[in-house]
Amino acid sequence: MKHLLSTEDLSLGNAIRILDTAEEMAAVGDREVKKLPALRGRTVVNLFFEDSTRTRISFEAAAKRLSADVINFAAKGSSVSKGESLKDTAQTLAAMGADAVVIRHWASGAPHRLAATDWIDAAVINAGDGTHEHPTQALLDAFTMRRHWARLNGTPSAGADLKGMRVAIAGDVLHSRVARSNVWLLRTLGAEVTLVAPPTLLPIGVGQWPCSVSYNMDETLAKGVDAVMMLRVQGERMNASFFPTTREYSRRWGFDDNRLRALDKLGLKDTIIMHPGPMNRGLEISSAAADSPRSTVLAQVRNGVSVRMAALYLLLSGDTREPAAPPNAAYSTKERH
Amino acid sequence: MAHKQQDAANTGAYLIRGAAILGGAAEDLLIRDGVIAERGRDLAADGATVIEAAGLVALPGMVDIHTHLREPGREDAETVETGTRAAALGGYTAVHAMANSNPVADTAGVVEQVHSLGRAAGWVDVRPVGAVTVGLAGEQLAELGAMADSRAKVRVFSDDGICVHDPVLMRRALEYVKAFDGVVAQHAQEPRLTAGAQMNEGDVSAVLGLTGWPAVAEESIIARDVLLAQHVGSRLHVCHVSTAGSVEIIRWAKARGINVTAEVTPHHLLLTDELVRSYDPVYKVNPPLRTDSDVQALRAALADGTIDVVGTDHAPHPSEHKECEWAQAAMGMTGLETALSVVQDSMIETGLMGWEDFARVTSTVPAVIGRVADQGRPLEAGEPANVTLVDPAARWTVDPSKMATMGRNSPFAGRELPGRVVATFFRGHPTVLDGHLNTPYRYPADAPATAPADAPATAPAGGY
Repeated sequence: MKHLLSTEDLSLGNAIRILDTAEEMAAVGDREVKKLPALRGRTVVNLFFEDSTRTRISFEAAAKRLSADVINFAAKGSSVSKGESLKDTAQTLAAMGADAVVIRHWASGAPHRLAATDWIDAAVINAGDGTHEHPTQALLDAFTMRRHWARLNGTPSAGADLKGMRVAIAGDVLHSRVARSNVWLLRTLGAEVTLVAPPTLLPIGVGQWPCSVSYNMDETLAKGVDAVMMLRVQGERMNASFFPTTREYSRRWGFDDNRLRALDKLGLKDTIIMHPGPMNRGLEISSAAADSPRSTVLAQVRNGVSVRMAALYLLLSGDTREPAAPPNAAYSTKERH
Repeated sequence: MAHKQQDAANTGAYLIRGAAILGGAAEDLLIRDGVIAERGRDLAADGATVIEAAGLVALPGMVDIHTHLREPGREDAETVETGTRAAALGGYTAVHAMANSNPVADTAGVVEQVHSLGRAAGWVDVRPVGAVTVGLAGEQLAELGAMADSRAKVRVFSDDGICVHDPVLMRRALEYVKAFDGVVAQHAQEPRLTAGAQMNEGDVSAVLGLTGWPAVAEESIIARDVLLAQHVGSRLHVCHVSTAGSVEIIRWAKARGINVTAEVTPHHLLLTDELVRSYDPVYKVNPPLRTDSDVQALRAALADGTIDVVGTDHAPHPSEHKECEWAQAAMGMTGLETALSVVQDSMIETGLMGWEDFARVTSTVPAVIGRVADQGRPLEAGEPANVTLVDPAARWTVDPSKMATMGRNSPFAGRELPGRVVATFFRGHPTVLDGHLNTPYRYPADAPATAPADAPATAPAGGY
């Protein structure tokens, strides 16, 4: 594993290894001195072409806890906004000796371009590209789900997958890199995924994805679900006729107070509610749901640092060989439906 | 250069010995004074330079109905000189230069400039395409009549790159060009359905998170336009057809007797949107690469005549327009120097077509659509000597850095392809010999600087 670009091509072995390493990293976060010397003298560049304070500070915290030197390169207000190309930016960072580039970009595939070209030799971590993928978000989501699932099963998290877990991902799938990365990773980990969205916010071609699709939130909940992941919806989508009004969206596809109560009535006492943040309270998720004991929103943020530490550690100092797949890996990551 | 020397540069007779004419029986062609003087077996050289052509196929010089030469305006991407060198090397003797230059070819002045640059270069006939609307803005008709009457004798009008999406404007354009036997070549792309579109909308775009360019955006415009062409009794040409659904609509229109012709690019005959998974913008093109079932439908349509011609849509770009993020990259691929090989690979080696069909779709019919009277002619005595010699047994690996075009954006880079252009004769003069550029044709100083021959007054039998 030289780069972390997507979860679509992430093997089960590598996924488990990142999650297991993240468990070890999480232990560091519980110590009084939250720091490891693992990446001392290595330089990590956070190259952000799109505003994202949350993801950037999460990566920054992760790199600093590993003692790496961190350079934050925000494209706004820099030479990039004056028309410098991705190529020139990458070559500049290479000349400065970057060991890893954490890239957030509004254009799908930009991290792949950095990894595929000879512009820069550093390890590339995709911190979200356009509407394509956000692999570390999916990994931190899986990490959060795995802890929950293991606790329910009374087994340790380490080495475990998500076989049998029922996950609903609801909202603007069409424009969501989080949804895409989650679908592939959850497939690899053995979970059963249902996408819930208005038909306008599902991509043409979703029928080929390794998941079910529903247009009905209540039916999906009634069938039983172990985790509900709500995706952020931009109110402006209304102006492009993806849905009539934000209120109609909220009624049909939002996780509101009625649906929170429905989980209790359905006897789904262990179902968790997830959100990658930032939330639109009152649109895709009600405050009661976001603040309920079922909500894992803050745990996801906390776990994000551990998962990103694991990714940086494995890419920069770890063994880059492919680990042997666990013996129970009956489902192949190469499987295509 | 003195004009006696210019004439001298063009003199010389050539005896092409033993070429398979259109892939048929081996015969000789004697070229002298710009025409095919004789065709037959065992012709006497009689002082002519002999070209041993055993194993080679002789074809009428290829005519590209769809080329971007970029001049005036984007001489960093291509010039008439470099683009027509590429054309000659690719086996072409005529190209239609699209109107999206800067300034746009929407006046008699600009089309005459492009025409003059083509004559000065001397590698092929350069037939300027006139813009349908002023500045390609889709609002007001350009002076189509002035361009038709100019020295460039424009017959093909297109806003290529942009769809004439206003139905009234399209109707008027179709009607108006009837006055001078013109044709409107439509870039079929419904703009609202393709806002921000990056690639074919389907299984691959869903995974890649790139904004989709749905097939219906092409098909709905073609459906509208064939009905408009029928309603006003005019002539429509559909540029770069890319979907199976478009093929069905065109087939239906032809069955109804509507005067529509259609073109397919070499890249749409060979490549699919699976290549976009690399995010390498060399595969970014408009219309986008489609699916394998589209490719198969396009091949079948070209073979059965539903699609009439191959047009390269040769679109060179400077490297910085491709060395970037996918969404930032320019759309377009070079094609002049690979077209023959790609069509041989996808159509001939697959058994769908023979060389006679190849001549039809790359020369005869494109010349008729463009009303280029002395191109696309039979290889017979007395005809203009626009001839391409091809070695169909050759194999070569595409290396864009070695091409004559300034564009390095070939999606075929690194591929091994069949077929090689050995020689190209333009007006009896070898522009290409032994697979290398020779010298350009030089017009006699007293020749009229108008387009070489006038178009036939009416469409020939066959309905084009």
